[in-house]
Amino acid sequence: MESSELKRSKDSVNSCESARRSSFPDEVLERVLSLLKSHRDRSSVSLVCKDWYNAERWSRTHVFIGNCYSVSPEIVARRFPRIRSVTLKGKPRFSDFNLVPENWGADIHAWLVVFAAKYPFLEELRLKRMAISDESLEFLAVSFPNFKALSLLSCDGFSTNGLAAIATHCKNLTELDIQENGIDDIGGSWLSCFPESFTTLEVLNFANLTSDINFDALEKLVGRCKSMKVLKLNRSVSLEQLQRLLVNAPQLAELGTGLFSQELTIREYEELESALSNCKNMHTLSGLWDATGIYLTALYLACTHLTFLNLSYAALQSVELAKLLAHCPQLKRLWVLDTVEDKGLEAVGLNCPLLEELRVFPADPFDDEIVHGVTEAGFVAVSFGCPRLHYVLYFCRQMTNAAVATIVQNCPDFTHFRLCIMNPGQPDYLTNEPMDEAFGAVVRTCTKLQRLSVSGLLTDLTFEYIGRYAKNLETLSVAFAGRSDWGMQCVLGGCPKLRKLEIRDCPFGNAALLSGLEKYESMRSLWMSACNVTMNGCRLLAREMPRLNVEARGGMPRHLSLLSEMLGTRQTENH
Amino acid sequence: MSTPLEHDYIGLAETSSMERSSEKLSSSSSSSIPSIEDKTSKTANDTCLNLKETELRLGLPGSQSPERKLSLFGQDLETNDKSNGFAGSPLKNLVSGAKRGFSDAIDGSNGKWVFAMNGKSDVELAKGAALASPRVGLDSKTNSQQAKTSVSVMKEVVGVPQSPKPVQDKNNLVPPVNDHAIAPASKAQVVGWPPIRSFRKNSMASNLAKNSDEGAGCLYVKVSMDGAPYLRKVDLKTYNNYMEFSSALEKMFSCFTIGQCNSSGLPARDGLSESRLMDLLHGSEYVLTYEDKDGDWMLVGDVPWEMFTDSCRRLRIMKGSEAIGLAPRAMEKCKNQN
Repeated sequence: MESSELKRSKDSVNSCESARRSSFPDEVLERVLSLLKSHRDRSSVSLVCKDWYNAERWSRTHVFIGNCYSVSPEIVARRFPRIRSVTLKGKPRFSDFNLVPENWGADIHAWLVVFAAKYPFLEELRLKRMAISDESLEFLAVSFPNFKALSLLSCDGFSTNGLAAIATHCKNLTELDIQENGIDDIGGSWLSCFPESFTTLEVLNFANLTSDINFDALEKLVGRCKSMKVLKLNRSVSLEQLQRLLVNAPQLAELGTGLFSQELTIREYEELESALSNCKNMHTLSGLWDATGIYLTALYLACTHLTFLNLSYAALQSVELAKLLAHCPQLKRLWVLDTVEDKGLEAVGLNCPLLEELRVFPADPFDDEIVHGVTEAGFVAVSFGCPRLHYVLYFCRQMTNAAVATIVQNCPDFTHFRLCIMNPGQPDYLTNEPMDEAFGAVVRTCTKLQRLSVSGLLTDLTFEYIGRYAKNLETLSVAFAGRSDWGMQCVLGGCPKLRKLEIRDCPFGNAALLSGLEKYESMRSLWMSACNVTMNGCRLLAREMPRLNVEARGGMPRHLSLLSEMLGTRQTENH
Repeated sequence: MSTPLEHDYIGLAETSSMERSSEKLSSSSSSSIPSIEDKTSKTANDTCLNLKETELRLGLPGSQSPERKLSLFGQDLETNDKSNGFAGSPLKNLVSGAKRGFSDAIDGSNGKWVFAMNGKSDVELAKGAALASPRVGLDSKTNSQQAKTSVSVMKEVVGVPQSPKPVQDKNNLVPPVNDHAIAPASKAQVVGWPPIRSFRKNSMASNLAKNSDEGAGCLYVKVSMDGAPYLRKVDLKTYNNYMEFSSALEKMFSCFTIGQCNSSGLPARDGLSESRLMDLLHGSEYVLTYEDKDGDWMLVGDVPWEMFTDSCRRLRIMKGSEAIGLAPRAMEKCKNQN
């Protein structure tokens, strides 16, 4: 680290004069700043003056890069010499829904190469929507002797062989968190790669994998990792196996079960029930694949202190859910499938007064032959019973303006309001009017709103409302909405805190795109697909904003996908 | 006027004449990119697009609309003209101010985005030809294990108000983007909609199969018929072959079929259903299809009965006119019988 030492003293020399002016010695300032965790606070701090900028960069140990193309790894390494933990996000969110072509990019490898040289003591790497190959995973595993935590969410490009490399080489691993990735699941022998002497694992999440794992290896691993707090199994682990694991790990705080359906004897059932209830620290429960009424009862005793219950892989009926929720008085976060229907949601309103987050996923999103699932009534019922609700993701097939108005009146503290009326462009089903007033009510009433996803039939009026009232809005998702450029212009002209805007299938064109030039300076990214933007519009944009990363693809001049990535965080460049 | 400068921050791109080092971030270069200007002047106005070329139409997977030239913004790509000084694929020009590394922005091996199906050369972009498989929206990459499956991302065909011909085919969505358009009459299978991640979709897909009331020895699947007001459920396990199955369906849906049902024992081919099913539904031009485990819609009768019951998730009796690409022979038969 010689070069950085030299550099550092050079900094000191340069700021020598200012040191006389400032009342803090650098070391004290650094010590104080090292207590700052929020990366936004740190960004603010770094802008105060040159001294503070330097003190901040020397004391920062975690860097968050929301858009991997906004800055190069070399620049990051040059500015922050002491990083131990990196969070990187790559592809646009719509890549989760197959709107981004494969092999688009966001490959981690170049970053790893730089990190290996500049941050040999790197401990944590958290990636979201990045491409990572097995070779990269192996490179990671061997390049960082202190490596502790790997978290991959919605990434792709790797297989279980990559996981095997991590298990084999990372002697100090505490966290292996593999979530919802496009992983090539070859088989479960990777678990056996953890050496017999390895005991440090605290977080193990392989719920994403579909293949069978080596249960024997898992059982031994869980048995010897006494600090394990988070264990999320995949579907292949049976109830009986779950019981065996739990007996050795009663300290678990977060449990993701495997398949929650199996023929059990009474004795086996009781053992399971007992093992579950012995986990006194358990606050999060997920998995529960195919859970049915009979076996849910085994959970009752374990749910007393539960704050997060993820039932989104269990197609429960309303009665089953109601019975279960009666045992979950502390629940703050609940994820369910819409098989519970409105009646189930009524039970939520009745049993979970502390609820803060609700997500309702569609069990059968492509089947609209029969109407089922949840409606506006369920949402309204929850809002009456759960005044603390601030995060909602709701997939439904019908909604009314009046219902949404009632909902936000009951729950004015929404920070995340994501409503997906599944039929594109569907109006208020009672009045046949657009859903403008619904979202108008949301942005007017919920002053803390940070994230909004709109749906249903929407005119430009919705966007007028959003631009005018959504002062804290950072993320906006729009699909099949709007009438003209004016809509998008309203958003770009308002919403002072807008960071991410993703738009698909809307009649917004070049005029709208180009109206946001000032806005793009402070945004992280803009996505537009199947809109009326043309290639010329993109060229103009790129010309007007040379520091903007503009990428456009398309086969049709009128229907282009524009992905523009901002040179986001200004402070990570030009230094 | 500053021209967009292409940078390669990440250093991933192979040598390309358009690369710059990442150090020159803030400097705006005065080097112009004349070729872009040339192209621009040729495609001067967006408004003088050839409307026919921009018309949105359907094609079968692997096919290519005959009238279309492969062109990009009015430029003929087939000549693969390099005389404008492009280092490589003309696509590179389109990536104005690309701060991403080139090899990121342009997939070297495929060079294509939407229309990746035919294995054609890099520069071909089948403009506007939405190569549709009937199940476009269901993300045919349902198998999360195939992380590297080559994508056939279907560009959703949007019914833009000013397009001369509304998209007829039901398999492309026509979402109402203004209040003049009505909601799509039939299922709109849209890419990436509703917005649910693949893992969840795949998990639900296998749930669907399970939730077809599958107990010991039961395999209930839904049967829908276009135009019928409600669906039926049948237990596939109660039939031993296609013949039994088809007569059961005939009984169930006879009230909905138009035209005479000729159930007077037409000779059935061994084990094979296709003609039989067509016969029972003849005159009404219906075709029996099913959705398999992968989410693809298949014609009933191609595979052995056991394989069919194993992989069938649900059935749909669809109008022959919508079965284009799925049952060409059925269509012919249909015409022959009329």
